[in-house]
Amino acid sequence: MSFEFLLTDKCFLVVLIIGFFMTLWSLRREPVRHSFAIIMQRPIAVSAGIVLLFFLCIGVLDSIHFKSVTSGDENATSLLDKLIAPLGSTYEKTYSKPFALSLFVSETKLVNGLPQQTYPRLRYVPKEIETDAQKVRVITQCLWSVLGISLAITIGLWITIVLIKFGRGDSKAYLPNLTSSAALITFFAMVYLLICGYCLSRTFHVFGTGQIGQDIFYFSIKSIRTGLIIGLLTTLFMMPLALFLGVGAGYFGGVVDDVIQYIYTTLSSIPGVLLITASVLSLQAYMANHPEQFPTLAESADARLLALCLILGVTSWTSLCRLLRAEALKLREVDYVLAARALGSSWFTIIRKHLLPNVMHIVVITLVLDFSFLVMAEAVLSYVGVGVSPMTISWGNMINGARLELARDPVVWWPIFAAFVFMFLLVLAINLFADAVRDAFDPHQSNG
Amino acid sequence: MIYYLWRRILYAIPILFGINLITFVLFFMVNTPDDIARMHLGNKHVEQQSIEDWKIAHGYNLPLFINHDQSGLKQFEETLFFQKSLKLFTFEFGVSDAGRDISHDISYRMWPSLAIAVPILIFGIIAEIIIAMAMAFFRATYLDLTGVVMCIILMSISSLFYIIGGQYLFGKILKLVPISGYDGGFEAIKFIILPITVAVIGSLGAGARWYRTLFLEEMNKEYVKTARAKGLSERRVMFKHVLQNTLLPILTGVVVIIPSLFMGSLVLESFFGVPGLGSYIIDAIQQQDFAIVRAMVFLGSILYIIGLVLTDFSYMLADPRVRLS
Repeated sequence: MSFEFLLTDKCFLVVLIIGFFMTLWSLRREPVRHSFAIIMQRPIAVSAGIVLLFFLCIGVLDSIHFKSVTSGDENATSLLDKLIAPLGSTYEKTYSKPFALSLFVSETKLVNGLPQQTYPRLRYVPKEIETDAQKVRVITQCLWSVLGISLAITIGLWITIVLIKFGRGDSKAYLPNLTSSAALITFFAMVYLLICGYCLSRTFHVFGTGQIGQDIFYFSIKSIRTGLIIGLLTTLFMMPLALFLGVGAGYFGGVVDDVIQYIYTTLSSIPGVLLITASVLSLQAYMANHPEQFPTLAESADARLLALCLILGVTSWTSLCRLLRAEALKLREVDYVLAARALGSSWFTIIRKHLLPNVMHIVVITLVLDFSFLVMAEAVLSYVGVGVSPMTISWGNMINGARLELARDPVVWWPIFAAFVFMFLLVLAINLFADAVRDAFDPHQSNG
Repeated sequence: MIYYLWRRILYAIPILFGINLITFVLFFMVNTPDDIARMHLGNKHVEQQSIEDWKIAHGYNLPLFINHDQSGLKQFEETLFFQKSLKLFTFEFGVSDAGRDISHDISYRMWPSLAIAVPILIFGIIAEIIIAMAMAFFRATYLDLTGVVMCIILMSISSLFYIIGGQYLFGKILKLVPISGYDGGFEAIKFIILPITVAVIGSLGAGARWYRTLFLEEMNKEYVKTARAKGLSERRVMFKHVLQNTLLPILTGVVVIIPSLFMGSLVLESFFGVPGLGSYIIDAIQQQDFAIVRAMVFLGSILYIIGLVLTDFSYMLADPRVRLS
């Protein structure tokens, strides 16, 4: 068995590695360390950060794909698929409720020559669990035992941290403060949910099954990667454009400024959704007419995801560019830049040493604020029909499918509920984290 | 001021030309008319002859920029760029790929869009300002903190969930209003009340939080301190001084989107079955009708640029210190 990285996998992992090293590198600077310290003091931000880390871990696990052994398999299996193995590979016939033992829809069967309405049993649930009472017993047993395990993990982590701090000479490390207890509680909750989800999904469809009998829990988890990729890769495409053009326009002025201003004014004058739509429609037509470049469905879906990130990046760099230009325009005239110029520094050195570090706070704030916007934009675009390919598992596609399900009677609520819970958790965590980042990095707000 | 207006309009021309070029490149050069024809006729097993027929029927049988078969000015007029792209400047949107007159469709579908978008804007701003002011008034208390957290929670819910939830709750369970649809005249009220409510609630979080920061910024200014120092009550300071001065940036910030209200809201209209311009675009996207999308991109851009000009003017009217030069 060998690894096979899809295009988006490579980009995603590269972005994460770059981001990790950039963070480490920038921590050498005193003001950045100070901002980080502010974030670390806020309990809400730390909790949100922990939730984000869990999501990121799932996304990374889901981004390491293997070459499928059976060549006919269209979907590449990821490390995450292996970990939660039977989940996602089995399909029921159609809808079933969360934790159900049998299908949601009845079938007519001939019993002794008479037609009879029956609810067929699910294939996934083990035969031993026959009655609802047994089901409840299995579930409660699982919940309690996982409670113990996750408590043990959390306490273990806490002891390790305290011991490390002791080793550094902090004799009061065991005293709980607001931030550390919030962090521990969040960590405990996430570990508990994670292990519970894992254990229960061995025996049940935790969030039920969808129309074609797919496990909704599995789909929700797989959607995390799509959401994160949209949020992160878009910034990868957007940042260099905005950074170089914005700082360049502000620093050089004159004709360069005019041209760059013209470009971004033109692009930002086109309503965002329409520009994305126009680009995606062109892309669709291109892909429909060049099927030979995308041999498998998985590859074409992957290419479309990447292209969507590229399009979102190209359409959303303008606001950041405008902010950066204004800041560079201001910085061009400050004393230390004038001094550097008088001493004969080249423009490259001035931009690298004096401008870039001083506009970075704008970049960081904008990127974090844009992240949640992009995750939500994916859902809307998928609804409009210009989002990710229908093949890709994403919250947008889940919501899109759920519209007709809500019109059914009795109502099928669980697919949209699952999409809502996962998306809400991720976006809320990002928003809370972004709030803290803005307060910590924005020099105008740090005093207030 | 007249001079400024002229300059702004002149400046808008190259931008509109750029937009025109971008849409042209997207729709005619990335995908040639042959590709579009093939998509409409079904992707596989299409004969070249039927593609040519489709192109002639829809007016795509012209070269891109220069027509060598013609002479003089006709060389440029009888091209796709002139016929399909430059004609948008004269608001000649032509016919859609399905054969309908786009200008007529737009003038007809504009009104339902406005009927929804205008109340959303007005009620939205009023609600957001009230909540933002309450949070600023009780700043740094638990009420304020709860409000901010609530705002962030509201912001974290995708607009799709608001729509689906609203339809489900009010339309299906409580049966207060029809789930979707539209009607002319006063009958329309019962159809538009739900989309308006949903949209106002959906944008409440982000708006209220943003206005709260505007209020707080204003309250840290010197004149507010003076007002307090001379013994005015906090309530009077808030309503008399701060509110008036914060209202200006809020309202001037809103001006830019006013012209774009014509365009309606894509998702909202399509969910609620309102025959406005938003659902027009969605339908066009789903039917791959590039002629409509092209026209709407251009129209949207023009409206946005008008909004920018209006914003500049409103700044000048609101603040005599701003000089347009």
